[in-house]
Amino acid sequence: MPDSPSNLEPALQVENLHKRFGELHILKGVSLSVAHGERVALLGSNGSGKSTLLRSSLRLIEPDEGEVRVLGKSVRGLSFRKLRAVRSSVGFIFQKHNLVPRLSALSNVIHGTQGRSGCPGSWFQMFASQKTRQDALDCLSEVALEHVAGRYVHNLSGGQSQRVAIARALMQNPEMIFADEPVASLDPEAGLQVMELLSRLATQKKISLLFTTHHLEHALQYSDRVIGLIKGKIELSEQTKDLSLSDLRGFYE
Amino acid sequence: MSSQPASLPPRISMPHPVHTVLYLIIIAFAVTSLRGAGISFDDLSDGFPEMLRLIDEMFPPDYSRLERIGGLLLETFQMAFAGTLIGVLVSFPLAAFASRRTAPHVIVYHATRGLISLFRTIPDLVWALFFVATVGIGPFAGTLTLAVDTIGFCGRFFAEAMEETDKGPQEALTALGASRAGIFFSYIVPASMPSFVNTSLFSLEKAVRSSVVLGLVGAGGIGVELKVSMDLFQYAEASMIIISIFALVLIVEQISSAIRKRILDA
Repeated sequence: MPDSPSNLEPALQVENLHKRFGELHILKGVSLSVAHGERVALLGSNGSGKSTLLRSSLRLIEPDEGEVRVLGKSVRGLSFRKLRAVRSSVGFIFQKHNLVPRLSALSNVIHGTQGRSGCPGSWFQMFASQKTRQDALDCLSEVALEHVAGRYVHNLSGGQSQRVAIARALMQNPEMIFADEPVASLDPEAGLQVMELLSRLATQKKISLLFTTHHLEHALQYSDRVIGLIKGKIELSEQTKDLSLSDLRGFYE
Repeated sequence: MSSQPASLPPRISMPHPVHTVLYLIIIAFAVTSLRGAGISFDDLSDGFPEMLRLIDEMFPPDYSRLERIGGLLLETFQMAFAGTLIGVLVSFPLAAFASRRTAPHVIVYHATRGLISLFRTIPDLVWALFFVATVGIGPFAGTLTLAVDTIGFCGRFFAEAMEETDKGPQEALTALGASRAGIFFSYIVPASMPSFVNTSLFSLEKAVRSSVVLGLVGAGGIGVELKVSMDLFQYAEASMIIISIFALVLIVEQISSAIRKRILDA
């Protein structure tokens, strides 16, 4: 990996982050960091603040207090244009694939270039340059779905759709990927394939990965470090190699 | 676990007293409406033989002016098609301003919603009278009327289709750095497209039916021919016109429902 200035500090640095929804105090001073190329699993019960933490990091939800640095840039207070530039280097995989229905898989993957280019070539594959189309097809090949490039995404299975969403994230050439319960809506087999794929790509391409999950086995198998949230506070942060399944079960009790 | 024994909910719950009063008001209004509408069974029974006589005079239909009727029918359809096309094209940007998801500002949202409501709430016959008075008698007045009517219909439903799109893909595109224009054109528009097509086709069907009536006030089309036939007691000719209109509406509905099915099944 090239030694750029952004590599001198963590890919993600969160300090004293607070978020309230009315009376509900969801994040209570969360601080964490994710190193370049590190894979971090974020655990916690429903409502513990995992999704809010991920969304607040890219200001999809506006945090109330605290500091967030993504790839060396403080995102709080950034103008919309500069925020778009930061977001363009960070992939975000959602629990539901969130692809655009009635468009082909290839067009959906090409959407990954929208942070860098606002032109119609990033909206639909028919307007995209030959290079962009080829890059998108290569990203689909990375997730073994090059054969569905021309198919409408609403006709794909849940697992295939999530892999197209991963291809869309790869199209961003991301330095970091957030994944918010990426396998929660998939059957165990498809879920395993998606986690395997995400983890392999993150390792091969040295992409930092922060994923939330309720699957303790996935946390143990696909992360370098596990962070645990309880009621908006970090109560666990350990290297995965030092943890066992019973430790993680104990965390939930 | 609660120690209280579980009890079944009642089969019928008594309505809230306020709701009961509202129901009574609605029933009372319905009764007064039936009286106010001048419904008379005596008049109906007196008029029934007259209806039979008129229907009897309508058959067999008079085919002698079929060529002229065909020409007017084509003009009626062209008016409906052109009016719908103009209306749909204008509705699209208006709807983008009239949707909470895409409006650039709340003032623009309310102003555009107000304009669309104005177009919708004024009946098409009133618009036709307005355009006949301003641009003159003929199909152009009818086309403008149908365009305005289409904007009132499509503007609202296009805006609602945009509002009803799933927020997930929009969030995903926002997360990867897409601009507002990018989100609009690459997500909102394709996701709303089936609804746009559906609404536009319904609008065309509606315009074909309306275009028949517009002729009665001089706004072009076959309506004026129907009025003249009825006024001159040429019921056989009138029935031919009515059958032609029926055939036109039926053909348009069949074609549009085939297109709709094809799009929704894609």
